[in-house]
Amino acid sequence: MARALVNVPSTARKGEVIEIRALVQHPMETGFRPKGDGTMVPRDIIARFECVYDGETVFAADLHPAISANPFLSFTTVATASGEVLLRWTDDKGRVQEERATITVTG
Amino acid sequence: MTGTMGAPSRRGILGLATGGGVLMLGLRPAAATPAGMEAAVRAFAEGAPIRPGRVTIDIPVLVENGNAVPTTVTVESPMTAADHVRTIALFNERNPLPDIVHFHLGPRSGRAKVATRIRLGDSQTITAVARMSDGSFWSATADLIVTLPACIEG
Repeated sequence: MARALVNVPSTARKGEVIEIRALVQHPMETGFRPKGDGTMVPRDIIARFECVYDGETVFAADLHPAISANPFLSFTTVATASGEVLLRWTDDKGRVQEERATITVTG
Repeated sequence: MTGTMGAPSRRGILGLATGGGVLMLGLRPAAATPAGMEAAVRAFAEGAPIRPGRVTIDIPVLVENGNAVPTTVTVESPMTAADHVRTIALFNERNPLPDIVHFHLGPRSGRAKVATRIRLGDSQTITAVARMSDGSFWSATADLIVTLPACIEG
């Protein structure tokens, strides 16, 4: 889809609450913007975001057109095990973007 | 509305002008209203009572650019398996649609704190509603002034 910026701490202690921040490039076309010929630019937004970590979807969001272009999301999760943090964005055209980060959990 | 001679009076023309203004307003794209937001909030709560409290919205009171308004919502909750926040929803009064975003959390969130950037089409009141694991609903509102609204182009 496009460029994404993901901020996941590389290390954490077990049980620690970590903050994950994610920014992805997307126009988030609302469907309410008129084109020159009077018709509207068709809606195209990222409607769904998910974060999968340690075998479970730990966070998800349903986005609506009132979310800014290049949507930014910040949320928290408990560091449970070392492994992969998967972030997935899905837009109205069915395009999926996935970003992966690795976290090492100690203790 | 017309004088005795059948010519339109000054008052009548002024009245027409006002009527025309109302008509033009009616031609703008459909906008959410405070009533529309109420309906969206009620639909989210599925009829359950919504109590004020436990939810905090951190949003600028004076917004310079309505295209990207940093918004943080925090909910007081222990976030354990027995007692946690399930969903946090944000609603607005004056954008074309009342919904902004729904965040789905769980006991593995650790803390009920989420942040994003939203679009606001006008000065208005924002409402955040949290659905807890015990089925209760809590809410908070924030009033803000937008100097440069989103969707102003075109």
